[in-house]
Amino acid sequence: MDITKLTLTQTLEALKRKDFSEKELNEAYIKKIAIINPKINSFLEIKKNSRGIPAAIKDAILTKGIKTTAGSKILSNFIPPYNATVINKLLEQGVSVIGKTNCDEFTMGSSGENSAFGTTRNPWNLNKVPGGSSSGSAAAVAADLCAFALGTDTGGSIRQPASLCGMVGLKPSYGRVSRYGTIAMASSFDQIGPMTKSVADARLVLDWISGGDEYDSNCRKEKFTFQSQVLEAKIKGLKIGLPKEYFGAGLDKGVERVVKEAIKKLEELGAEIIEVSLPNSEYAVAAYYILVPSEISSNYARFDGIRYGGTRDNFGEEVKRRIMLGTYSLSSGYYDDYYAKAARVRTLVKQDFEKAFEKVDVIVGPVSPTTAWNLGDKVDNPLKMYLSDIYTISANLAGIPGLSVPCGFSEGLPVGLQILGKQWDEETILRAGFVYEQATEWHKEKPSL
Amino acid sequence: MTSLSLGGYMSNQKYEPVIGLEMHVELNTKSKMFCRCSADYFGREPNTHTCPICLGLPGALPYINKVAIEDCIKIGLALNCTVSEKSLFERKNYFYPDLPKGYQISQYRWPLCVNGWIEVDDGDGNKRKIRINRVHQEEDTGKLTHSGGVTLIDFNRSGVPLVEIVTEPDFHDVDTVRNYAKKLQRLFRYLGVSNADMERGDMRLEANVSVRPVGQKELPGYRVELKNINSFRFMVAAIEYEIKRQIKELEEGWTLKQETRGWDEDKKSTYLQRSKEEAHDYRYFPEPDLPEIRMKSDEIGKIRKSLPELSWDKQNRFIEEYGVKKSDAEILTELTELAEFFEVTVEHGKKHGVDAKAVANYIVNKKPNISVVLPTQIIEELKGKKVGVIENMGELGELADEVISENPAMVGVYKKGKVTVIQVLIGAIMRKTGGKVNPNKIREILKEKLR
Repeated sequence: MDITKLTLTQTLEALKRKDFSEKELNEAYIKKIAIINPKINSFLEIKKNSRGIPAAIKDAILTKGIKTTAGSKILSNFIPPYNATVINKLLEQGVSVIGKTNCDEFTMGSSGENSAFGTTRNPWNLNKVPGGSSSGSAAAVAADLCAFALGTDTGGSIRQPASLCGMVGLKPSYGRVSRYGTIAMASSFDQIGPMTKSVADARLVLDWISGGDEYDSNCRKEKFTFQSQVLEAKIKGLKIGLPKEYFGAGLDKGVERVVKEAIKKLEELGAEIIEVSLPNSEYAVAAYYILVPSEISSNYARFDGIRYGGTRDNFGEEVKRRIMLGTYSLSSGYYDDYYAKAARVRTLVKQDFEKAFEKVDVIVGPVSPTTAWNLGDKVDNPLKMYLSDIYTISANLAGIPGLSVPCGFSEGLPVGLQILGKQWDEETILRAGFVYEQATEWHKEKPSL
Repeated sequence: MTSLSLGGYMSNQKYEPVIGLEMHVELNTKSKMFCRCSADYFGREPNTHTCPICLGLPGALPYINKVAIEDCIKIGLALNCTVSEKSLFERKNYFYPDLPKGYQISQYRWPLCVNGWIEVDDGDGNKRKIRINRVHQEEDTGKLTHSGGVTLIDFNRSGVPLVEIVTEPDFHDVDTVRNYAKKLQRLFRYLGVSNADMERGDMRLEANVSVRPVGQKELPGYRVELKNINSFRFMVAAIEYEIKRQIKELEEGWTLKQETRGWDEDKKSTYLQRSKEEAHDYRYFPEPDLPEIRMKSDEIGKIRKSLPELSWDKQNRFIEEYGVKKSDAEILTELTELAEFFEVTVEHGKKHGVDAKAVANYIVNKKPNISVVLPTQIIEELKGKKVGVIENMGELGELADEVISENPAMVGVYKKGKVTVIQVLIGAIMRKTGGKVNPNKIREILKEKLR
C-alpha cells in the first residue's frame, strides 16, 4: 500500500488501526518529497519529523523557528519568533509541519510565478502553472507530498490552485479562522483554509483551525463544529443558484462543459437548480484591485529596509505595482473617487449575495475561467492575470465561504466546481461538495509523476 | 511675567492671536492599547516590554484594550463631549523609525468623542469657553535616543494608549493656554486615567498659531503648527515667540503661509521644519484589522455614573458650601487626597466650632503633611489649645499596654502572623486620646510590646 495516497481521514483511521506508525507515515512522505519535489518545486523548506500528521504549510503562515519567507526575497532570512494561531491549533491536534510551501510573493499572484524562489509546476503537466497564490500547497497535495495543506485566500488563492491542480480547497467565511501570525496581504479579505484530498478532510481541518483566539479581533469566537450526521445527509431539495453572470464571455468552452455536467449531476442527486443574478459581479474585479492594494500599501510599509535586513529593492514587480496602486488610491484628493467608491461597490456585491441567498442555499459555478495555462503565458500582462480570479474575488469582497471540488477534466487538465455559501454556513457547501464527491470518481484521479 | 509682555502686544491692539491646541495624554492602563505588554515603560530596561504586536512583526494583529476606550470616554464626558455610538479606528500612514508598522492606529473621520467644551480662566480671571472638537484614541510610538552618532530605538513605549484632545481655535492669549493645560492635567489625575506628568512626557502639546487684525471675525488664511516640542515650558515660549514673529512679519508686509515650525531652545526662537508643500499625506483609511466600536447609551451612562466629582465642580462647591476663597479652593482641589483631607477636617471642626474658612487658611498656608498630621490635631490647634500631642514615652507605653489587655482577640490574630490588625490597636489608642498620638510612633511601641 502507498501510504501517501490516503486522504487525511483515511490516514487517521489507519493510524488508529495501527496499520502503520507515525514514523512510517512521515518516512513515506519524506521519501516521496525527495523524488517528486525537485520536479514541481512545491516546498521551500522541508522538515523531517518522526511523529505527527505531516502537513504542508503555505510559507505566508508563520512557523516558530522555521524560516518563513512568504515567497519574498525581502524575508529570505526571516525566522519567526512565534507561531501563527493556526499552527498552534494544528500542533494541539498532533499535526506536524513537514514543510513550508512555495507561493507567489506575499501571496500576490494567480500562477505561482511571482515567487522569488522559482515557480511551482503543475503536477498534471509540468509545463503548466499550478495556479496561485497557494501554488506549492496545491501542488503538494495533488502530488501526495503531504496529508493535507494550509493555504491562504484573499481573492481565490486557495480555490483557484485547487481547481487547477485537481484537489479540494476551502476558503472559510471571513472571521472563521484567526489570521494572527499569517502575513497579511489585505487584512479585510484574507482567510486561511484547508487544501485537502477530500471534502471530509477539508471539514476536519476547518474544525481544527477555526475559532477565536483573542488575537484576531475580527475572528468569531465559536469554532466550526463537526457534525458527521449532516455530512452523511443527502442534497435532495437543496436549492442551488446558478449566477448567469458566471457563464458569459471569457469562460473557456471546455471548462463550461465540465462545470455544466457537474451541475447536471447535482440535479440528478436531487438538488433544485435556480437561476440567480449577481448584477454587480462585473465591478468586482475593479473594486478588488482598488481596495486590496490600498490595504497592501499600508500593510507592507513595515518592510522599510530597517528591520528585516533586505531593502525595498528586494520587492518583486507585482508587490511594487500593488503598493503603488494602493498608495495612489488612498492619496488625498483621490480617496473619495477610488477607495471610498470601491468600498461602496463592495457593499453592493455583498448585497447581491444576500439577495441571492434569500432564494437559494448555495451558489455554484466555475472556479477559474480556464484550466491551467502554460508557464509564462500571463506574466507580462497583469490585467489578464487579474481576470483569472474573476469568479473567486466576489466571495472575498462579501466575506462568504467558497469550496473548490474536482469535477472533471478538459484536455487532460483538472477543472474545479465552485460552491459558494452564506456567511458562516460552511456546513452546507461542505455537504453539497461531499455528496457530489461521493457520487463521482474525479477525486480519485491522480497525476502521474 | 509673560502676560505682561503679551499685554504689551495686546495694548498695541492691532492684532489678536488665534490658537488651537492638540494635546496628547498617555493613559496609565495596565497593558498597552493593542497588546498585552505592560504599558508601564518609564525607566524600564529598553525593549523589555515588547511582543510581536507592538514590534509590528509580520502577521501580528491589534486587539483593543477596553479599559483604554473607557478612559477615553471618561475624558470625553468630563469635557462635555458627545460619545459617538459608532466610531472607527483608522490607519495614519507615515514613515518614521520609531513607528514599526509604518502606520499609527488612530482615529480620524469617526472619533470616539466629539463636540465638547470647557471653561478656562484667561490671564485676567475672565472665564473663556473653549470648544473641544474631538477626543480620540490612538497609540504611542517607540522612543528614539540619539547619542554618539547612532540612534537607538526603545519599543517599550510603542503601543502605549494615547488620547488626543483637539480644541477649536478658541485661545487668544498664552495665559489661557497655560490654564487650560493645568486644568486638564488636574482632570486626568482626578479621573485616574493618567499620571499627567509633563516632565515625563505624559502630556504633550501641539499648537496651531496665527494672528489676525483685531475685530476680524474670520479665521486667518494660514496657520503655523508648532510641533515636536517636548516640554510644556518650551511650548509656551514657542507660542509667545511665534505671536511676536508673525505680527512682525505682517507689519513688514509679508504674507504668512501654512507651515510647521519647531523650537530652538538655545536661540530661543522657532524655525521652519516643513512648508505646506512638504506636508505629509497620511492616507488615512479604516483600520481593516479592527471592528467598529459600538457604544450603547446604557454603557455610556454607566461610565458617566462612574465619574468622580470633577476638580472644577469640587472647587465651586468648596466656594459655595464652605465660603472658601477661589484661590484657596483651587489649591485644595489640586489632589483628591488633599480635598478629602480638607473636608474631613472641616467636618471635625464643626463639632468644635472651627469654621471651614479657617481650616482652608491653615491648610493652604501651613501646608501640613497630610499623611502624618491628623485632622483632629489641626482642629485642636485652631481651637487655640496646645496641640497636646502625647510625646512622653512612659505615657505612650501605658496606653499601649492598656489596649493590648483590652483586645486579647486582636493580639491573638496578630501573633498568628496577620500583622495588619495592628491598625485596630492604633485606632483604639487614637479614640482614647482624641487623636493626640503620632501613629508611626505608637506603631513602633506596639510592635515592640507584641514581639
